[in-house]
This record gives sequence, structure tokens and C-alpha cells, in this order.
Amino acid sequence: MSDNIKRIYFDYAATTYLDKEVLSEMKPYFSETFGNANSQHWFGREAEKAVIAAREKIAAIIGAKPSEIYFTSGGTEADNWAVKGVAGAQAAVGRHIVTSAVEHHAVLDTCKQLEKKGFEVTYVQVDKEGVIDLGALKAALRDDTVLVSIMYANNEIGTVMPIREAVEIVRGQKRRIYFHTDCVQAAGALDLNVGRLDADLMSVSAHKFYGPKGVGFLYVRNGVKLEKLMIGGNQERKMRGGTLNVPHIVGLAKAFELANENRERNNEYIGGLRDRFVSRVLSEIDNVYLNGSREKRLPGNANFSFEFIEGESLLFSLDVLGIAASSGSACSSGSLDPSHVLLALGTRIELAHGSLRFSFGKDNTVDEIDYAVDALKKKVSDLRAMSPLFYQFPSEKSKV
Amino acid sequence: MYTDKVMENFKNPQNVGVAENANAKYTVGSPECGDIMEMTMRIENDRIVDIKFRTFGCAAAIASSSMATQLLKGKTVDEALKLTNDEVINALGGLPPQKIHCSVLAEEAIRGAIQSYKSGEIGE
Repeated sequence: MSDNIKRIYFDYAATTYLDKEVLSEMKPYFSETFGNANSQHWFGREAEKAVIAAREKIAAIIGAKPSEIYFTSGGTEADNWAVKGVAGAQAAVGRHIVTSAVEHHAVLDTCKQLEKKGFEVTYVQVDKEGVIDLGALKAALRDDTVLVSIMYANNEIGTVMPIREAVEIVRGQKRRIYFHTDCVQAAGALDLNVGRLDADLMSVSAHKFYGPKGVGFLYVRNGVKLEKLMIGGNQERKMRGGTLNVPHIVGLAKAFELANENRERNNEYIGGLRDRFVSRVLSEIDNVYLNGSREKRLPGNANFSFEFIEGESLLFSLDVLGIAASSGSACSSGSLDPSHVLLALGTRIELAHGSLRFSFGKDNTVDEIDYAVDALKKKVSDLRAMSPLFYQFPSEKSKV
Repeated sequence: MYTDKVMENFKNPQNVGVAENANAKYTVGSPECGDIMEMTMRIENDRIVDIKFRTFGCAAAIASSSMATQLLKGKTVDEALKLTNDEVINALGGLPPQKIHCSVLAEEAIRGAIQSYKSGEIGE
């Protein structure tokens, strides 16, 4: 890309850059304090000290005990482990899992895999804003339900789920059903205090809040029965063997600390940018729809459907101008199926094909927002001029 | 990842619009599948003197349409019927596996348009 082109990053929900302050905290643990945290000698103890401090820091932020934090390679691993781990440990008690139709594939595909192994899964529907139907959740619970897994905030449309209320419904059952919540998108933007949310398991990934990629944690409330993830090492109380990634664990804790300290300020700033973007797009472009909820939404998320055009072509049109957005979610782009999340909201399939996510971060500016809206207006109109659907308007007649 | 040729054809698509006095037209695809391609041609003495497209679809669908129209302009009807999606792919320097169907759409749109000309269903 040539230097005179602006480079505007509106894909913070896919990943964030690593904060300089976090990087400097990590640096000594690559080549200086490089010991294996499980070694007994001085080098090992020094690394172990850093891991203990990181674990305590994270536990304190979410109001948990350090022994309830398990480091993982990130959100996908934490989600896989939570779902498979509880299912495996509870298989003798029951083989029914409840989740939502809009979960990340890390949860959905894990559930699908368990279905092949004899588990039954109920996928609870959401309303048109993407909020889980609590009545349907309650109705889905059975005597043999062992796990409920509902995300705190959706990765595509940013909808924030009523986790506390969902947990209360699950707690109202006679038998103990474990509750897992995928907090990968929520972390950084929302308070993850376990006393408040009351979930039994919680997945978090560092690179969504200016921490390093490839590290995250699973919170597991003491007493929850969980199958081991990896065997062959004493690490993580023998639940997840493997040499600890000390620099990344240090980075995760630092990034989480900073995200928590600056949460309100960041949310206010990022939310302001997002609101400006959303109002300008909705008022200045015709036939565009905001997917998800206006209020129950992560501050950094905007997701639109642009009628008559396909999302990927709009993505590349903006890319040419240096603006990075996302069609669907980064994990599923490349697949031809429209977003399962938008379809679950009842979005028309052609509108689901025409969706684009913009996710904002703390370094974005008002100038970038305005530049992007202007670019978007131009590109949407260019692509519509090229689209046969546009000429068949009104769209009710657009069936070929 | 798209090739430079795909991006070039996507950024500056050639032959966008509707051919004037078109006597061949075909639309293929559906909004549900995420792509629709419309080809129009003006054919005189069995030779394509003008060809234009309008496409709703991804970057690969737009680039495939643009490339197909360039390959066919000035060709005879018989030559056009021999165009395969592989030729479109090759001219684009390749397409990602999940986007091959975009080139197939272009081939279908062309065949359909020429069929409509042969059957005379599009009036002069």
C-alpha cells in the first residue's frame, strides 16, 4: 500500500495492537528472566513469581481466587475447554447442553462435535436485536442438562446478553447446572466481576484488549468438575500441562489491568466515535440497516447491512482506500455462507450477505470516522450502480 | 488472497452497465446465494459488438464479470460459446478455491445470453 494513502483500522474486534506499556512489561521475560516457571532453581522461581503475580492480578480484577484462573492459548482454547471439559466430566450425570444460536464457532462447533458423541444440544433463539430469549432458555433446561454456555457479548453485532439474569434462571433449577460465558468480546469493555455475573466458567483472550495474541484464561469456579485439557505436565494444577508462556501471561495480566483501569474512559470515547459513525451512516446513506441493538451493545461495535450490495465487495472497496473493516467475522470470512448470527436475528438472507462490521478502538479519531463515512457513501453508491438488484427496487420484487 | 489481476478488475471494472440496443440478455444467480450476474450484449452478424455486465456479489464475482466481458468483446457467437470458466480464471491469474463458482457464473451468464440471442427472445 502506498504511503500517501490513509490507513484506518476499524477492526478492533478482530484484534488490537499490543500496547507499548504491555510490551515493555513483557520484554524482560523473553531473554533475561527466561526460566521455566516449573524449574526449582533461581531462574525458575523468578519466572514463577511473575506467573503468580499475573494470576493474582487477574483474579483480583474479576473478584476470583488465583486458583480459579487457568492460563490458555486464548479464547478458542478456553471456550473449547469449558464446553468439552464440563461435558466430559458430567457425562455420567447428563448429556444435554444449552447454548445460543449466536455463539462464536469456538462454542458452536464444539457443541456440534459433542452432538456426534451422543450429547444433545439445544440452541436457544435470540430476538431481532440478538438478545437471548430468557423464557426459551428456561424452557430448554432439562433434568439431564449439565451445561449452559451463553456469550456475554456477541462478536459480530456487539449485542450484550443479560448474563446475570440467565444465570439466575439456571440457578433456579433443582440440580446444579454449570454456566459458562464466553467473555472474549466483553473483556475490556464490560465488568467481568464474577460476584456480579455469577457464572461458573468464563473465557477471556488478551489480544482483544491490547494484549498479546496467543494467550488468554479460563476462569473456573472452585468446585466445578472439569476434565483435564492436556496431560503430561504439572502446570495449571495438572489441568493443562505444558510449559507456561511466561512473557505472554505477564502481558495478559498487564493488558487486563490497564483495560480495567481505563474502562470507563475508553468506553465513553470509543462509544462516542461509534455513535457518530452510526448516526452519520444511517442518516446519510439510504437503505442501510444497523444490525443488533442500539442500546444493549458493546461501545466499539457497529454492524450494518447495505441493501443491494454484497459485504465482501464493500470490504475490498474500503480496503483500497486504506480502511479496514470486516465482513461477517474474521474467522468465517472465506466461507460463502452468510453470518449465522444475522440469520438468527431474522435478517433477510440477501441483507445478511450485505453486512459489514466496523469495530473501533481507543486510537481511532473523529477525523477517521468522518473520512470513512464519506468513503463509505461513495463506495456504496458505486457498488449499487453496478448491482442488478438496485434496479429491481423495491426489493420485494428482487427474487430472481 | 486475490491476485493483482483480480484486484485490478475489481477496482476498475470494465464494461459495467447495460449494452445499448441489447439483443442478448441473461441473469444468473440469486440474492440468497450472495451473487447475481446480468450480462447484456449487442450482437451483429453473429459477432459481439458490445457486451456489458451488472453484478451483485463479492470482489471475485465483479472481477470475473469484468474479465469475461473483456475476453468476449469482438468475438463471434461461436467463439463465445467456447469460453470456459477456466479461461476466466487463468486470465485473472487464479481465483481462491471457494471463489471458483464466480467464474462459473460468468460462463453461465454468457451462455444464457447467447442462447437468448439465438432464440430471438430479446427483440431488436
